[in-house]
Amino acid sequence: MTSAVLPPGLAENPNLGRWVSFPAPGKVTISTGKVEIGQGVLTAMMQLAAEELDVAVARIAIQSGDTDLTPNEGFTAGSQSIQFGGVALRSACAEVRALFLRHAATVLGCATSELAVQDGGVLRNGTPTGQDYWTLATAVDLAAARATGSASPKPVADHTVVGRSAARLDLPAKVFGEAVFIHDMMLDGMWHARVVRQPGRGAKLASIDEAAIRRAARGPIEFVRHGDFLAIVGQQEAAVDAAGTAAPDHVTWQGVEPISSVQQEAAWLLQRPAIDRRVGAPEPHASPRNRQRHEATYTRGHLGHASIAPSCGLALYRDGHLTVWTHSQGVYPLRAALAQSLALDPAVISVRHVQGPGCYGHNGADDAAGDAAIIAARLPGRAIRVRWRRAEEFGFEPVSPAMVVKVAAVLDDAGRPADWTAEIWSGTHSARPGSGNLLGAEALPNPPPAPPPADVPDANGGGATRNADPLYDIPAKRIIHHLVPETPVRTSALRGLGAMPNVFAIESFLDELAERARQDPVQFRLAQLADPRARRVVERVARMAAWQAGLPAGTGRGRGIGFARYKNRAAYAAVVADLEVAETIRLLRIWCAADAGLVVNPDGAANQLEGGIIQSASWVLKEQVRFADGGVSSLDWDGYPVLRFSEVPEIEIEFVAADTDVPLGVGEATAGPTAAAIGNAVSHALGTRIRELPMTRERIMATLLAG
Amino acid sequence: MPQVDLSVNGRPVSVTASGETPLLDVLRNDLGLLGTRFGCGFEQCGCCLVLIDGAPEKSCTRPIESVAGKAVTTVEGLGTPARPHPLQQAFLDEQAGQCGYCLSGILITAKALLDRNPSPSRAEIAHALDGNICRCGAHNRILRAVAKAAARLRELGRR
Repeated sequence: MTSAVLPPGLAENPNLGRWVSFPAPGKVTISTGKVEIGQGVLTAMMQLAAEELDVAVARIAIQSGDTDLTPNEGFTAGSQSIQFGGVALRSACAEVRALFLRHAATVLGCATSELAVQDGGVLRNGTPTGQDYWTLATAVDLAAARATGSASPKPVADHTVVGRSAARLDLPAKVFGEAVFIHDMMLDGMWHARVVRQPGRGAKLASIDEAAIRRAARGPIEFVRHGDFLAIVGQQEAAVDAAGTAAPDHVTWQGVEPISSVQQEAAWLLQRPAIDRRVGAPEPHASPRNRQRHEATYTRGHLGHASIAPSCGLALYRDGHLTVWTHSQGVYPLRAALAQSLALDPAVISVRHVQGPGCYGHNGADDAAGDAAIIAARLPGRAIRVRWRRAEEFGFEPVSPAMVVKVAAVLDDAGRPADWTAEIWSGTHSARPGSGNLLGAEALPNPPPAPPPADVPDANGGGATRNADPLYDIPAKRIIHHLVPETPVRTSALRGLGAMPNVFAIESFLDELAERARQDPVQFRLAQLADPRARRVVERVARMAAWQAGLPAGTGRGRGIGFARYKNRAAYAAVVADLEVAETIRLLRIWCAADAGLVVNPDGAANQLEGGIIQSASWVLKEQVRFADGGVSSLDWDGYPVLRFSEVPEIEIEFVAADTDVPLGVGEATAGPTAAAIGNAVSHALGTRIRELPMTRERIMATLLAG
Repeated sequence: MPQVDLSVNGRPVSVTASGETPLLDVLRNDLGLLGTRFGCGFEQCGCCLVLIDGAPEKSCTRPIESVAGKAVTTVEGLGTPARPHPLQQAFLDEQAGQCGYCLSGILITAKALLDRNPSPSRAEIAHALDGNICRCGAHNRILRAVAKAAARLRELGRR
């Protein structure tokens, strides 16, 4: 079987030498534009390469996310790293293997069909030939070779590495406390830096009490000012940090836009100017008569990424070349943003990825790198390390926008939706760098204009509309999208984008309809779910949890289900949650069945699904970014609490086997179904529904008192 | 600047720093021990935990002068790739981590727990770790790893 169609990542980077090289006898280097953000992707990439090249994993070194070395694959985001980046690397390796075998056949004077590869060595009819990748490499010009689409990856039945759990390559260094994170990089003669943040776009630096800041530093510091960009630098981190912490109290700003706590709630969006569009089925011509209707509105507040460590970036500008080290999700888009902000040619900028704290979307990583680059450009020859303060991360990282999702349906005789409208209000989920969008650059003289309001295009999975289209068999469906261009704080991508609020709304609504129809929620879903893969995960999770129809509601103990296929094109996941509700929610147990297509590293994929479940549970029970007095007021872990160890339930995960060689992204697949399962279980426990997230103690008490 | 003498991972060290410099800063920037991580600087997340005379303590706000004469153990002092501590081995066996940034502090908390309670239940391990934040959601793997290490340590103790 051959395919002339190259996977997108390979079509855009068809030069095979960009993906694979044989640098020394017995050694293979593979390159990927995707980066490790805590999700274990590099381990899975190694497995894919080892499988297609037929070499031992131990022979392979991997380089990732480096504008000088690796292919441009955009961002590591959207659960696309394996589904697209992995598939591109797999095809590149298959092409390389085929190219070498064609060359070996010429050298050996035989047909390629007689040849095979075993740990890099070429076999002819099962016998070693003395040729291997490394003997042949001198005569094969990989740098000039281009992917043609003529080589097919191995059939799944032949896999010996892919599909088997592999230990994470990066974990040993992390349990022995080695220097693996960007925070641990120590460059020669390095200077530490902290930025005194502009309170908002357009704020003007009015006065600086340098003497007071120097007193707080208790050590030598220097100031770097460029327009309204102000930084403190020095060689002793403790002094720079003390100065950076004290500085906001000794600096005054003009033109600060006020923000109030009213704006932190999703309902605030309903009153705002918006850019409106409609997709899907046209409105029905006439309101159907004698039809039951149901309508409900669901909301969610702003969420923070709340990475475990604040962002960090390093930069060195020397001899006209800028080198930047970052834990950004996209080194090439960051390079473009740096070039624009600093008016430099991208050719004189190298951006290198270094591991950082777990990353779930567009957090402060790019901005910290931008800060370091702005300072380094003003101080040529000095290596600059910027580490954000914790309060800076909470206060200035882009947040996931609040959302309102209103669902209205006309029901058929069985109480199922016959006509469905989802109406969504949200800020953008997409303000990533690429065309500017670096926080520090907004403070420079002649700052770039604010980017035009736009959300992630539907072709890329949509932003606020992500997963707004239910996978159920509904004859007519439409989405009305109100993009609110002006939000009180920067909003951008966080794990799943709009999928979590949309799936929470859809699956809560389905339960409400099942209750109206006096039907079991699992059976009600299956009755309108034709996709066999979707049915299988719902059926499997029901079996795992020993789901029983008709358990009484309102007992304080509840069980709920949630289902979605992420973006309607990545992994399928169904989740069941058991919990108790008194004043707060106590999670008892969670089950998840997932169909992720071809699973490269089962343990790694399970880790991702489970991480998504726990993070979503944390969002639902606890998380909301709070505003007060001009900015974000949830500036520490007390103000922005997340789920702690004793609040995490035991979780059981099973994969539903799929007969396919197509992997489906898993990183974001469980967030929506988990939120919905918890919401439905809370409703079951209380006998009344909470449609606002997070489901805090205050909301639960208000609901109980109202009931 | 004053000189402070202390023991780090069993070795005597002398550092010259102003007395209020955080222990974390000295460990990372003066002693090159980068395994102890900065997370918040507010004693809220547990990334910077070390053992001070055997007790788990946050190092991000701890003045260096207050640990003069004391014994500090960091994650590097638990074990090495050649001689891993049973906790480190159990974390590898259970693949207990995602980004791994929180693990140094979690290993320190777990070491202190197992020193005082060799047979903790899941709930006891979880309670002990409530001062450590894991943002990626590796909690259950971490709880399993600590239980596994406890079992291994009990087994070693019986020999």
